[in-house]
Amino acid sequence: MTLMQKFLGATAALALSAGAAIADPALIFDLGGKFDKSFNESAYNGAQRWADETGGKYLEIELQSEAQREQALRRFAEAGANPVITTGFAMSDPIAQVAPDYPDTIFVTIDGWVPDQENVLTIGFAEHEGSYLVGMMAAMASKSGTVGFIGGMDVPLIRKFACGYAQGVKAVNPDATVISNMTGTTPAAWNDPVKGSELTKAQISQGADVVFAAAGGTGVGVLQTAADEGILSVGVDSNQNPLHPGKVLTSMLKRVDVAVYDIMKAGDDVKPGFRAMSLADEGVDYALDENNAALVSDDMKAKVDAAKASIVDGSTAVHDYTSDDSCPALSF
Amino acid sequence: MEVMPKWAEVILVPLISLLLAAILSALVIMAIGEDPIAAVQLMVTGALGSTYGWGYTLYYATNFLFTGLAVSVAFHAGLFNIGGEGQAMLGGLGVALMCLLIPWPHWTLALIGASAGAALFGAAWAAIPAYLQAKRGSHIVITTIMFNFIAAALLNYLLVNVMRPQGSMDPASARFPEAVHLPTLHDLLAPIGISFSKAAPANVTFLIAVLACVLVWFLLWRTWLGYEIRSYGKSEPAAKYAGISPTAITMIAMLISGGLAGMMAINNVMGEAERLVLNAVEGAGFIGIAVALMGRSHPFGVFLAAVLFGFLYQGGAELALWTNIPRELIVVIQALVILFTGALDNMVRMPLERLFLMTRRGSG
Repeated sequence: MTLMQKFLGATAALALSAGAAIADPALIFDLGGKFDKSFNESAYNGAQRWADETGGKYLEIELQSEAQREQALRRFAEAGANPVITTGFAMSDPIAQVAPDYPDTIFVTIDGWVPDQENVLTIGFAEHEGSYLVGMMAAMASKSGTVGFIGGMDVPLIRKFACGYAQGVKAVNPDATVISNMTGTTPAAWNDPVKGSELTKAQISQGADVVFAAAGGTGVGVLQTAADEGILSVGVDSNQNPLHPGKVLTSMLKRVDVAVYDIMKAGDDVKPGFRAMSLADEGVDYALDENNAALVSDDMKAKVDAAKASIVDGSTAVHDYTSDDSCPALSF
Repeated sequence: MEVMPKWAEVILVPLISLLLAAILSALVIMAIGEDPIAAVQLMVTGALGSTYGWGYTLYYATNFLFTGLAVSVAFHAGLFNIGGEGQAMLGGLGVALMCLLIPWPHWTLALIGASAGAALFGAAWAAIPAYLQAKRGSHIVITTIMFNFIAAALLNYLLVNVMRPQGSMDPASARFPEAVHLPTLHDLLAPIGISFSKAAPANVTFLIAVLACVLVWFLLWRTWLGYEIRSYGKSEPAAKYAGISPTAITMIAMLISGGLAGMMAINNVMGEAERLVLNAVEGAGFIGIAVALMGRSHPFGVFLAAVLFGFLYQGGAELALWTNIPRELIVVIQALVILFTGALDNMVRMPLERLFLMTRRGSG
């Protein structure tokens, strides 16, 4: 081998390793697990769509414990992953701790809040706006004037859903009753379909004929029971209309998949800062497809779309529970 | 007459149990199409191959040391305390209150204060089931496990409604002030020239846990009280006849047990998270039962078992990070170890005893 060849080989090797250094993104799923039929799964779908389209690879971990939050962030950052995408508000504090140590890595938090950190992208969804729309639809579809809300774990984020929903209900029918129940007080509440089913039956016995489940995997039980008992339900996060065609009034869409897909597509070029995923940005919406077409009358659709337009242009303001920890339309 | 020599009892039985668990785990990993040898290598290098890995292994081990000792102490008094989970949660509350409400000038003072708070809250949480057992005969297993749920509900209420900073989404307390930051093993070892990973959460609490092992040993085998606890645990009528008060021993053993479980919080709440999060304990209270069983309720055994479980936790995390083995299977592997070392102990012990009897007859 001549010297020249050696040099060429060396440069080729360098080029290869440089190629490897163009980093893969990493995705950290929160404790609810990857396949929760809801929030985390939506993130997974977005990542998978990116992987299928581009043939790219991404690192991933389903967290098992609190101590792993920081650990996973550090390990992925040290391995050169960029950006490091996290789901769930519980990642905010660990990111605030870890991000300063890896200034060249972009950390993305979906649902979290990391103030004053230069290499963090915060994705914030306006769940209250989407919930407002499905609340209006629930009130219009209800014959009894009583609608239900079933939340997962009792945390501010879920109260934000409930509060937006109740405001939407009252906007259509000020005399309507909103029954609100939370599944539990521990993270297990995200995945307890049996309890979801019991709560649905309890709400039906109190007169509810439409229930909205914002409860991750627990919602599967809510939708099932609602379908069995012949009342309507409202799905959440992903489009859950096809789970029980003709029985699910609509779903409050939270486009986590779109957010993850966009970020992975941007790759290294992703810009830190804050990205709002509100109604105006199509980050939240209500779902309309062939499964619920018969349930949604033209009149309902017209009213909801009018409300949507007025929220987008700012003439209707939906109160955000997390802004002041209180709700004008519902007491917890 | 002892059937087996001491070394077989202490070393051979757990070792064979572990081996069986390892073989089964390997089969499980093979069944999902991953390479078990590579998985084991990944676990060993990830958990023990660097000071970073050790830092995490020892961090988890510290948690299990406290809860393992807690179960052991109660066990010696014939009480099965499965409320370590709730007691550690309340210990976390004690630590958080101490760290947030009192402006400590230095971490050493804060550590003393927080330890006292943790032990006090943990012991208080154990005191009610202990009283119900001692005075009313309500079974301690039932009451302690019920208190786990009450503790979770109480903590949830406090974190969501009282301790959560305004505007924060996360049901967690505010971050503790910088002054109460406990030195990690990195900070402790740097002055003596040993470089230890900076990122790992193992901290000075590990040394306190080791100290706790020694103190528990001293208490149980070198003091009057320890003797009373052990004799009450071995035979209640005999202990009563000897003038030992069942009420007093039940209360004292449970208070010590709860206090130890609560002290776990100085590791995970003060040392690692530096704020109180909702599920700070994450099952360490229950792992403590397995650790105590495996360690034969002896502090040294508990120490070894705690390090083993620390290894399993950290090794499991490494598996989750770098392979496609789903986390449920990692839990399965951990569960197999618990099953074999804790629950199926006799499965290994009885054939071994028979083997030893045979060799003895052969030679005799």
